[in-house]
Amino acid sequence: MRVGIIASRIRVEEKLLLAAFEARGITPDLINDDELILSLSAQTKPLPYDVILERSVSTSRGLYALRLLEMAGNVVINRWQVANTCADKLLTSAALHEAGVPQPEIEVAFTTESALRAIERMGYPVVLKPVIGSWGRLLARINDRAAAEAVLEHKEVLGGYQHSIFYIQRYVNKPNRDIRAFVVGDQCICAIYRNSEHWITNTARGGKAENCPVTPELGALAVQAAQAVGGGVLAVDVLEDPERGLLVNEINHTMEFRNSIAPTGVDIPAHIVDYALRCATEVSA
Amino acid sequence: MNATCPECEAALTLNDVLRGEIITCPECGAELEVISVEPIQLELAPMEQEDWGE
Repeated sequence: MRVGIIASRIRVEEKLLLAAFEARGITPDLINDDELILSLSAQTKPLPYDVILERSVSTSRGLYALRLLEMAGNVVINRWQVANTCADKLLTSAALHEAGVPQPEIEVAFTTESALRAIERMGYPVVLKPVIGSWGRLLARINDRAAAEAVLEHKEVLGGYQHSIFYIQRYVNKPNRDIRAFVVGDQCICAIYRNSEHWITNTARGGKAENCPVTPELGALAVQAAQAVGGGVLAVDVLEDPERGLLVNEINHTMEFRNSIAPTGVDIPAHIVDYALRCATEVSA
Repeated sequence: MNATCPECEAALTLNDVLRGEIITCPECGAELEVISVEPIQLELAPMEQEDWGE
């Protein structure tokens, strides 16, 4: 079995994945995305791996690599279509909506004027998010019209083009935490609460991880959300709305999990590795 | 193995590092990327880009 891992930086997650493969007698090749050259020619062949795990810290590099590797015939995790949907919050919301997965109310607008109208119609507070971005970067919770006008003007004047795609989400009055549910294949393997006094709960921003029991309701919702974007190895972020119950906020396709193994007691990298090996053998069978 | 921090020139002792790994200099706190293992070579880690994430 030949396994490749595309990575930019060797984080704790990549080391844990390497160790989990080693435990199964497999030594993966680390493919540094800095050095990757992918060609589109008649002679293009798949890279010599039965399965390739994409773990780039750069979303764009990861997406393009997945697209071209799949085209060349490689088995990749996650599949490009899945990663492409998850990398974009708006495409994720559309996929969730089509599949009937509950999510916070969302409005989209393309100018500051229409965005302000959408925000006023929705009512405060709202959260403005870049459609592409991670680790809680540039999220803005907007509590009143003055703040809305200021943030919209800043985004228009200072932001890149992507920042004039206004993704407006109704703020969910969640209990100082959200839930991250880990889905591998068709199973929700574990979940954590991310506790924070701050409304942004990402562990990259200081949110503290604590085990969250996977109730039948949470497990089913997480799997349904993962399948809505095409399935694979995914981290589904869930908000607890006091009125509407569990809502899917977003889905991550190259999830970090170092802080979630100890609290849940679940060997997340082992699950990922077993899934990767299953994908490789299903295709070759 | 021994290396020198490119930011503050502190002497560092590294164990079991892999190429591409990010380490933090215990003296100055700079984030360093392991560029090569044999011979050991460290550079300041790249700044976070707008599209980085999970």
